Amino acid sequence: MISAVLAITTLAVIFGSLLGYAAVRFRVEGDPVVDQIDSLLPQTQCGQCGFPGCRPYAEALASGEAEINRCPPGGEATIQALADLLGREPMPLDGEVGEEKRRMVAYVVEEECIGCTLCLQACPVDAILGAAKQMHQVIEAECTGCELCIPPCPVECIHMHPVEQGLNEWKWPFPKHQPPMGSAA
Amino acid sequence: MVATTRKLHHFHGGVHMPGHKEASTRLPVAAAGVPERIVIALQQHIGAPAEPVVKVGDRVLKGQMIGRAGGYVSAPVHASSSGTVTAIEPLPVPHPSGLTIPCVVIETDGEDRWVDLQPLEEYSEADVDLLRARIRDAGIVGLGGAAFPTAVKLTPPADAAIDTLIINGAECEPYITCDDMLMRERPEEVIQGVAIMRRILGVRECVVGLEDNKPEAFRALQAAAAGTGIEVVQVPTIYPTGGEKQLIKVLTGKEVPSRGIPAQIGIVCQNVATAAAVYRSVRHGEPLISRIVTVTGGAVREPRNLDTLIGTPMEHLLGRCDPHLTPEDKLIMGGPMMGIPLRDGSLPTVKATNCLLAATPGDQPNQGQTMPCIRCGECTRVCPVNLLPQQMYWHARAREFDKIQDYNLFDCIECGCCSYVCPSHIPLVQYYRFAKTEIWDQEREKKKADLARRRHEFKQMRIEREKREKAERHKAAAARATAKTSAGKAGAEAATDADKQAAIQAAMERARAKREAAARAEAEPKKTANDADA
Ligand code: SF4
Ligand code: SF4
Ligand code: SF4
Ligand code: SF4
Repeated sequence: MISAVLAITTLAVIFGSLLGYAAVRFRVEGDPVVDQIDSLLPQTQCGQCGFPGCRPYAEALASGEAEINRCPPGGEATIQALADLLGREPMPLDGEVGEEKRRMVAYVVEEECIGCTLCLQACPVDAILGAAKQMHQVIEAECTGCELCIPPCPVECIHMHPVEQGLNEWKWPFPKHQPPMGSAA
Repeated sequence: MVATTRKLHHFHGGVHMPGHKEASTRLPVAAAGVPERIVIALQQHIGAPAEPVVKVGDRVLKGQMIGRAGGYVSAPVHASSSGTVTAIEPLPVPHPSGLTIPCVVIETDGEDRWVDLQPLEEYSEADVDLLRARIRDAGIVGLGGAAFPTAVKLTPPADAAIDTLIINGAECEPYITCDDMLMRERPEEVIQGVAIMRRILGVRECVVGLEDNKPEAFRALQAAAAGTGIEVVQVPTIYPTGGEKQLIKVLTGKEVPSRGIPAQIGIVCQNVATAAAVYRSVRHGEPLISRIVTVTGGAVREPRNLDTLIGTPMEHLLGRCDPHLTPEDKLIMGGPMMGIPLRDGSLPTVKATNCLLAATPGDQPNQGQTMPCIRCGECTRVCPVNLLPQQMYWHARAREFDKIQDYNLFDCIECGCCSYVCPSHIPLVQYYRFAKTEIWDQEREKKKADLARRRHEFKQMRIEREKREKAERHKAAAARATAKTSAGKAGAEAATDADKQAAIQAAMERARAKREAAARAEAEPKKTANDADA
């Protein structure tokens, strides 16, 4: 009986410390505030904000080094969410960084692609399939529309086109005529 | 004959409203005929669109499959008459979005010639998997309005112990009478279809519920059901008794859990027209290529029900009923409460088209200048789901999407009772629809962002690792150069090990993405499975 308890306890201690070690050893360096901010960013990874990706922008926001209005893909909604989270005043999107536009995806004109793999290296989310000297293809569901693959292509065979909206993605509009709020509101 | 001793229950709220059903039930159901041009939308159901299997120029026969199911939750589509495929292109369909979706256009040849059908005489002894396959291949979907693939609904999850089949013949929405006429004229088809579904599900209890404003349909069904063990029950006429969850409550007293489906409480619910279509597919091998459509409203002089080939333009149906539309009148697919306004009569009918309402202003409920909410509480009193419509309205208006979900927005069946009674004429349902699709969109965006984040992090990790490996290789090479030992070999081994690790990680990533996609596909139908007036 006692030996069983001892054995279990020993095991528990061993596994406990293993887990503890693993947590320290394999921790992805994460700051909870940065994580929270990062979770509000669209993850397009386009760099339009002036930082090399969403997480660096989140870090800059956390340390108060950046304004909340620099992410064009996120647009109004992201600015509002950041304002709520960080307790800052909402502000319009910084026109210098870009404007909010429809979601786009890249596609490779197959006949023109020379298989140079340059776009593959540029894509921040590995959304392009292909190998050296072989035609490349964009996985539409994984492409964020960041456009980073466009400049490196030596034959300009990558184009952006708007995401087709299907019946399942369609949204009801906000009702047109708003009644006044009335005294009760 | 089964005695109607069933104890009935009530759901909260509901509205008594004029039925306007007499006008379209005076004449028997007539065939709408074969129009010159038929437009078959490739997505007429909840789930993945069908994929075309014909090309422009092909000759097709009536009943021939022209689009195969695009996934598990999907349904094939069939040519509803014989002719030539003249186009496969995006065209407008009856949908509130006004979006175009891929359609197959058939120029009919007037011969209306069938493909060879495969009848099944001994269907009452046939294997249930065969029955399900016939229903699936026939492209049958819920004909009450939701258009959820029937074969999927007849394959409940293994952990759901289904004990009751409820057949919805309530048809509670004003003006619509297609199910009423079907039950009056083809009660055997309905009852045979019900019996087939009962066998597939292996359930004991089987109840058909219809509102007590259809005495003729009731008598016809009761006669057809004699000796089958299928119970036919009249329920009080109050809108929206035809809501799936409302009818279940009335007939069994059971509540479907919030955001849940009937299967969770052991119930499957199907519509009467779906039952008839099931019978025809199983017995005769007929795919779902036609249905009864009510054409009614103040703007037609001869309202009636028409047996309509799917894909028939709405104006063809109107033309059969002596229309006199003025600019104030509106075309609506469905009823005045839950129907979809149509922008013109050229749109094709789809499997879910139960009614074409040519509505004069007098046919449309609660028109009036929108005024501020006076907090009268009428909306709360009538909500059949016992929600707080007024509170949801404030939150939807303020785009407070977290708060509105605390009020169980997703249990709202969009019946329109709240808007109907609102003295301030606030289009309440429009706010809830707006909020729902907005929330789904945010969820989709969030999932996409999470996927992108993971893939980005993974790529960065890979780049780091490659750098590290390169450095290690250099070191190893340097060491080899000086010591000329076999250390280099070990370095190479480490590198292949790392390659393997990378491959494994990539595979894990793909598997996770796949799982999520599958989960997403599962979740989609659920949120729309609330087929009020199913
Ligand atoms: S602009 Fe927005 S989406 Fe683009 S990298 Fe910066 S934070 Fe990410
Ligand atoms: S494919 Fe091009 S546009 Fe799409 S995510 Fe990759 S780099 Fe960006
Ligand atoms: S019925 Fe209309 S006016 Fe009355 S509380 Fe509801 S929303 Fe307000
Ligand atoms: S539309 Fe929704 S909130 Fe309004 S009464 Fe019907 S279920 Fe209730």
